[in-house]
Amino acid sequence: MSSGDVWIIGAAMTPFGRFADKDLLDLASEAAMGALADADTSMADIGILAMGNVYEANSHNGQRLQKQIGQTGIPVYNVVNACATGATAVRVVMMSIAAGECDSGLAVGVEKMGKMGMLGGAAKPRPDKKVYQPKGRYGSVLKTEGVLGTGLMPGVFAMAGMEYALEHGVTATHFAKVAQKNHAHSTLNPLAQYQKEFSLEEILSAEMISYPNTLPMCCPTGDGAAAVVLVSDAKLKTLDPDVRRRAVKISASVMTSDPWSKSGQVQPDVNTLTRQAADMAYEKAGIGPQDLDLVELHDCFATAELLHYDNLRLCPPGGAGDFIDSGAPWRDGSIPVNVSGGLLSKGHPLGATGVANIYEVVTHLRGEAGARQIPGAKVGLTHVIGLASACAVHILEAGVRR
Amino acid sequence: MPQQIPVVDYLELGDRPHLRARECTACGALYFDRRNACAKCFGTEFTARALSNHGRLRAFTFVHRVKRPFVSAIVELDGGGVVKANLLGVEDPEQITPRLPVVLETYAVGTDDEGTEAIAFGYRPQGGEK
Repeated sequence: MSSGDVWIIGAAMTPFGRFADKDLLDLASEAAMGALADADTSMADIGILAMGNVYEANSHNGQRLQKQIGQTGIPVYNVVNACATGATAVRVVMMSIAAGECDSGLAVGVEKMGKMGMLGGAAKPRPDKKVYQPKGRYGSVLKTEGVLGTGLMPGVFAMAGMEYALEHGVTATHFAKVAQKNHAHSTLNPLAQYQKEFSLEEILSAEMISYPNTLPMCCPTGDGAAAVVLVSDAKLKTLDPDVRRRAVKISASVMTSDPWSKSGQVQPDVNTLTRQAADMAYEKAGIGPQDLDLVELHDCFATAELLHYDNLRLCPPGGAGDFIDSGAPWRDGSIPVNVSGGLLSKGHPLGATGVANIYEVVTHLRGEAGARQIPGAKVGLTHVIGLASACAVHILEAGVRR
Repeated sequence: MPQQIPVVDYLELGDRPHLRARECTACGALYFDRRNACAKCFGTEFTARALSNHGRLRAFTFVHRVKRPFVSAIVELDGGGVVKANLLGVEDPEQITPRLPVVLETYAVGTDDEGTEAIAFGYRPQGGEK
């Protein structure tokens, strides 16, 4: 049994966007082969494959991917865990290496969503004759969306934001400032789905989707893939000095789900499990929020990012509004957040997201992020949350230059 | 009067419409849906409990880009229970203050092909009752 650290030696992502000419496996292959090449390795050395994908999860895409990049008989795990799917795939590989089952593995996250509209609702065909009949565990006689509030993602995250706003005096403008920042950051990221800057006024006056989130305060749907190659400490020691020099340590990898709460029974509680994951990760890594050089967090909506400043302890309790006002999460601030453009502009192909944010931090820790590089970055944190609910937090550290 | 059916089984109609939750007999946790065991204490015995028609607003959003825009809200009921429903009679986010007191109201939301009315519920700011 190995109890040593697990390292990332290869990372890659496709651009995020809408690619009519590429299928799911094209995207996954591009990311997987990119990560293998980046790690200077091949499928011959990979001992486990984990494939994260949400919307086609029953198609055994891990095995289908093998047919494109190399069938070697290794165990394959097809993973789905809402918006934390990609991060879960990384953890499956990491746990296998930590358990000593293998010393090298590949995690891939991929999604093809196209332009699918608001998440969380699916239309069903109408029967010929309408007769009210109680159905399901709530005995509902009709579709309750819009009748008993909303369960669609824009509304759920808007309500989560307004709960914080009512409690701490945060305004719609505070939330809009988050989108202003992330869209500005995206102009430096050639992989982002949208690379367009918006003024605060443009964001506030854009089409309202679910108050306080206007259109540029909601992430787009899209296509994309990302992949990472992980190795054990022992394996790393045997690798080429150029691979070792660029290796990034996984100092903490934590996953949580919702603990019971009163309101969580009717409205997803995105806060508690994030706080618990962050606290566990900081303790495991022996690193505090003040030590972070950059953070990639789950800004599916602008309201969500503001909450997570507080949940990830980047600001004092209740102080998320002041935190964005201070400019701290901008790329030249004290704790840069979502310098990739975040989900709001980089995009959010569900299965890829939790791998892509690791790619982003790894690239900065290697000093290879080009125009958007955070100078001298040594420590970074990634966060994803899927409803309802799975949360993953990773703390990554640049390796000792050896 | 046409026949009526509640949109969800935790809405009790009759002379004084109100919500009824399933309460865990061991720890008092409240659920609107049927549970196999209590998610808080793992107990398996539940009993019915009538909830208050009065509460305070905890969160809200104005939902747009739908055929009929509406206000979704989370309400914390006096004496226990948290519920999601539409907020009625509010036009502007500026009208909403922290912990706004609200009261339950029922209304017909549709009729099926046999003439049965579906009755929904929502919450209206206290003092703004019809």
